[in-house]
Amino acid sequence: MNIEVLRYCPAAPNGAQKVSYELEATGQTLLDALTTIKTEQDATLSFASECRSGVCGSCAMRVNGVEVLACTYQVREGDLIEPLRNMEVVRDLIVDVESALRFNQQAHAYGSVSVQTPSVTPEEEKINELQSACILCASCYSACPVYELNSEFLGPFALTRSWRYVSDVRETEVVDKIATVQDNGIWDCTLCNECVPVCPVGIAPKQDIVMLRNKSGVMGYMDPSFASGFGNGFGNDGTPNFGGPAF
Amino acid sequence: MNNRETTQTDVLIIGAGGAALSAALKAQEHGARVQVLSKSYPTRAQTCMAQGGINAALSHSGADTVALHVEDTLKSAQGLALRDAVSLMCQQAPEALAWLDRIGVPFSRNAKAQIAQRRLGGASSERACYAQDYTGLKILHTLYDQCNRHNIEFLNERFLLNICTQKDTHGNVCVSGVTALNLRTGEVEMHEAASVIVATGGYSRIYHRHATNATGTTGDGIAAALRAGARLSDMEFIQFHPTALKNSSVLISESARGAGGYLLNAAHERFTDELAPRDIVAREILKEIERGGAVYLDIRHLGEAFIDAQLPQERKLAQLYEGIDPVYEIMPVKPAAHYCMGGIEVDARSQTAVSGLFACGECANHNVHGANRLGGNSLLELVVFGHQAGVNAAQYAQQTQNTCKPTEQLQKDRTFVEGVKYFTNQIDFYEKHRFMGNIFYNNAAIVRDEKGLKAVLAAVRQLQKELPFMGPKDKSKVYNTNLVEFIEFGNMVELAEVVLVSAISRRESRGAHFRSDAPQRDDERFGAHTVAWKEEGVLCLDFIKGEVL
Repeated sequence: MNIEVLRYCPAAPNGAQKVSYELEATGQTLLDALTTIKTEQDATLSFASECRSGVCGSCAMRVNGVEVLACTYQVREGDLIEPLRNMEVVRDLIVDVESALRFNQQAHAYGSVSVQTPSVTPEEEKINELQSACILCASCYSACPVYELNSEFLGPFALTRSWRYVSDVRETEVVDKIATVQDNGIWDCTLCNECVPVCPVGIAPKQDIVMLRNKSGVMGYMDPSFASGFGNGFGNDGTPNFGGPAF
Repeated sequence: MNNRETTQTDVLIIGAGGAALSAALKAQEHGARVQVLSKSYPTRAQTCMAQGGINAALSHSGADTVALHVEDTLKSAQGLALRDAVSLMCQQAPEALAWLDRIGVPFSRNAKAQIAQRRLGGASSERACYAQDYTGLKILHTLYDQCNRHNIEFLNERFLLNICTQKDTHGNVCVSGVTALNLRTGEVEMHEAASVIVATGGYSRIYHRHATNATGTTGDGIAAALRAGARLSDMEFIQFHPTALKNSSVLISESARGAGGYLLNAAHERFTDELAPRDIVAREILKEIERGGAVYLDIRHLGEAFIDAQLPQERKLAQLYEGIDPVYEIMPVKPAAHYCMGGIEVDARSQTAVSGLFACGECANHNVHGANRLGGNSLLELVVFGHQAGVNAAQYAQQTQNTCKPTEQLQKDRTFVEGVKYFTNQIDFYEKHRFMGNIFYNNAAIVRDEKGLKAVLAAVRQLQKELPFMGPKDKSKVYNTNLVEFIEFGNMVELAEVVLVSAISRRESRGAHFRSDAPQRDDERFGAHTVAWKEEGVLCLDFIKGEVL
């Protein structure tokens, strides 16, 4: 069977080029196919991989325009393989993931350290079981039309990770975390759902953003686009001018 | 991204898995400036693949005690673990778990709102704490988030080339930093540091596709430490996980057997105690495969609801890589290389034979696993000894008077990275890696004998000679993964020799090292650690008596 790979090398004069490869085996994962190409046909083909089993998040790429993990996708005749979008292509299928990873820190997507050994029930543990299985593959940033237009948008996995900690019964810094996701965060999302089907773990970042919005509402924040419609009572940047939320 | 070609810090950590990040957090807590350098990204480390659990004798688990944890570990180690090291690890386990709980690791819970535990092979009690079957992944990601909280500096996509050393005022060899290839720029960089912690994982990819590990598990840090003057120990002890999927070597966690899964032979009959230590189960499986052609793991009787709640990843992996749904079908399995018990020799402070060079995690040998590691003890080791290495490396950095002097290593490595592109490429190193993996799996794996091991050694020595006739085909500077894989192959070939010479010298059977030509354990001659080092580039080896239990 034949597949095409969109290849790019910064040193090459012609920009990105589609290159066709022939494969003998069928019924294999895309990662196995790429590895065979690299080790037997063309050693210059560049891609990232580590675990081969869908948990390390290294091999996210696009097949026929849709984000997948190469190690969990069965390759098919005529597939077009491209790098993730919305991130600088370093070479071939390798992109600058750091540009997305930095949002984890920016969104304060980390746990506060509680002093005592906490008590968590099985039901409470289930609240963020799925969100805490995120592998940071960045497929969701590739699919996100808001991030495409606004490179400062905190983005899907950072907001999911924020909700992971905000929803954790052990968390003691919810106020700070909710304040942190207001700008370039939860209200910028259009709830378009593009991030949901591409998540290889089955996380719905959109849903987590809705949860953060609800929590924000309870804590006195408002959707700035909705609020600005009233024309007064808010500053020029859309933030409430009644002295911030009171808890 | 940090593009500086020379960086300076107090503590430089190589690798970014669970041990590295545990060390980074502790070193910084103890006042050190910390950098974490790795060839990939933190959350892509091998730690994310650990499924089963992390051991701790928690007070809420009924009958379990620290003493039992110590005894189980020593029993499985078959005389090659140090009681003091094991006791320290097991004593600190409950606090290590409490720390992980406090920073937000989402452990599975029991009805009393405590961390849930399950029984893994070789354990006398339900001792492994878990987060479904994503234990390693969730620990690693939570550690990564904490590093972000504490502004730990990451130097990602940098491949370790060599550890640099210098002589201190007393003439002792001490560390001064590392050289690394920046994958993005293609430049060789110098990273100076007062102390260096190696936390780069094991070397199971010597076995190529017969390994459960990530493709980057190529022993780079261990090989660099050996070249820098550190000693390695017990390198012949490589654990084979009994149940990797037959075609892909993707792991099916021990928790599947812990939960009641059966092993079946070709006639679909049970043939062994599924929860015996891994070395024994692996040999029993190999015997059945040689006799009947196949062995299967059967979890059908556990039921769909249980499998989806407790073993969701196992179900997904079997469907993806074997095309089998374990709710309805039995899974063909084989043993595959999984964990390296041996590694860089360290003292009770996690320091190597080189002053200021520390090691922790799978790449180090803290003498807690001995001849055979217990499931659930490796994630524990990452945290306990990661912390120990972090604290001691920070203290060393504060106390040392050594100032980093310019090193010849940087120039040497720049010359190498330039020159390697002119290697002749008559021989394909990818093909040689497959070849090495096959001969290792057949002759230097679960059952070994002298003739087979010597044949593999001859082949490996030939590969060493042939390296200049291999080389990368890709000559470009930017993100040259072909070059990286060639250097990784070189590191594996270097370590392969150590594994083989150690395995040939140990004419006895103990734990994961089973010699069909010497099937008995021989404490008088081999109740000792196999220690390897290099003098003027020549491999030396000796058996050094520790405490034999």
